[in-house]
Amino acid sequence: MGQTMAEKILAQHAISGEVEPGRIIRARIDTVLLNDVSGPLSFKQFYEMGATRVAAPEGVVLVCDHFAPAPSISAAHGLKAMRQFAEEQRIPHFFDVGQGGIEHTLLPERHLIAPGDLIIGGDSHTCTYGAFDAFGTGLGSTDIAAAMALGELWFLVPESVQFIFHGTKRPFVTGKDIILRVLQEIGADGATYQAMEFAGEGIASLSIDERMAVCNMAVEGGAKTGIVVPDAVTEAWARDHAAARPYQFVAPDPDAHYAASYTFDLADFGPMVARPHSPANVVPADEVLGTHVDQVYIGNCANGTITDLRQAASVLGGRHVARGTRAVVVPATQRVYEQAMAEGLIAQLIEAGVAVSTPTCGACFGGHMGLLDDGEVAITTTNRNFRGRMGHAGAQVYLANAYVAAAAAVAGEIVDPAQVGVNVAGAKDGNA
Amino acid sequence: MIIQGTAHVVGDNIDTDVILPGRYLTLTDPAQLAQHVFEGVDPDFVSRVKPGDILIAGRNFGSGSSREHAPIGLKALGLSCVIAESFARIFYRNAINLGLPILICPEAARAAKPGDAVKVDTDSGTVEVAGQVFRAQPFPPFLQELIAAGGLVPWVHAELARK
Repeated sequence: MGQTMAEKILAQHAISGEVEPGRIIRARIDTVLLNDVSGPLSFKQFYEMGATRVAAPEGVVLVCDHFAPAPSISAAHGLKAMRQFAEEQRIPHFFDVGQGGIEHTLLPERHLIAPGDLIIGGDSHTCTYGAFDAFGTGLGSTDIAAAMALGELWFLVPESVQFIFHGTKRPFVTGKDIILRVLQEIGADGATYQAMEFAGEGIASLSIDERMAVCNMAVEGGAKTGIVVPDAVTEAWARDHAAARPYQFVAPDPDAHYAASYTFDLADFGPMVARPHSPANVVPADEVLGTHVDQVYIGNCANGTITDLRQAASVLGGRHVARGTRAVVVPATQRVYEQAMAEGLIAQLIEAGVAVSTPTCGACFGGHMGLLDDGEVAITTTNRNFRGRMGHAGAQVYLANAYVAAAAAVAGEIVDPAQVGVNVAGAKDGNA
Repeated sequence: MIIQGTAHVVGDNIDTDVILPGRYLTLTDPAQLAQHVFEGVDPDFVSRVKPGDILIAGRNFGSGSSREHAPIGLKALGLSCVIAESFARIFYRNAINLGLPILICPEAARAAKPGDAVKVDTDSGTVEVAGQVFRAQPFPPFLQELIAAGGLVPWVHAELARK
């Protein structure tokens, strides 16, 4: 019988065990990612395991992005632990404050991953790498420590679920809306321990940045990973950005077996919004029009790309953030920030009254740079709106795409982006 | 191993942000992390838990962030076991890796009420809730090996010694 993409990538990395859904295998790993939240715990466990040297320092990537720049002394302590481990273990790929940005946008930008890779990260959104024909999955610090010590790890081979998108997107619809539509359909645990596979000409029409937004939130349905079937867009990305080592594109076999298959028509939905307090609590944006927002936050590992900043600037450029509302925009990486400056987007956002931040995971996970108080309402392009996620447990967070979030900044409430007079052709789509 | 304790009951889709809010993720000391468990949604939870108590949850417990701070905090608070209808994937691995006993037992999870006396036999996989006996899902053989080793740290220790 044929194999799904997840099964193929695991088979190519298997050291022992049979690659069949439900079986446990041991597999070698191409890239191990740690940040300043998962890192310090992982370093402790690594030495506790009796390990002295990282098995493959070239394959380890350390990124200071969560509590970066340090908002407190204890955060400074964690960042220091990152520098120390990078030094002790001679880790070449170490990104300090000011040198990188948010991990999942950073790795594909800096030639650190390639199609067909098996990537694990001490961060649940490691599934983002499915946009690049790779198997990425999030793990806790102890698993990450084991992988650094051994160069391999155990995996339960997941069942695969297929999501096929036909048709053409409606105005102001982005990758974000596509994954929100999926989550609306399957719920917060609808794909637990499964691999999502995204296919169809509707998915093929998405830029790399939008594909990242889709794969990023696979974990919000409980999935182990989410992978887009590769095509010319994937190939173009790989030519310019893949790691400088041999790699192989992986596509599903025609007779691969899926536990379930869902088909959507892009013509059937407009912008979507996840209401508090679950990313799967999704409704069409039309159903929440008029909701007042205290804060707008555009950024994070799902939607802080140049595409998102262009969308935000296409709405906010020449307009102003409403009185009673504040807006924070966080370019995902230093390079995204530079490009946004070169394109004049940052100037437009600042003129509109937006607080533009240095790249950081920041307020997305309730760390710093824009937390919410009791009773406050925010609309964000982030991936989680759990109770208390962005600050006080009495705050409410709506998740949306950058057009919808930026339009809410202008109107002071959730509106249809067309309502603030935006022309959808205003934003240039896609990766640079 | 026999575990006995009093039930604390939570609902479906309890995510790790709720278990351990993001602002405390700079902490690495288990005892300090334990002080912030469920802080945002139930500020008195920590003071109600006695060592050995058992946490009972609905579907998809531990969803969201991969933060190991969550199971570390639950364990350090003295919770002896987590029984749920289902677990999110990363939390499930983290708990096993850390040696925090977890069991998938939908019937027991649905039957339990706060304050119920709960008895777990991890060897036979039985869960007794207020006198009713239920059977938990068995672990695959490899995970049984990990659990028997005391978690992933001693298991890797042995692997490294073998190499």
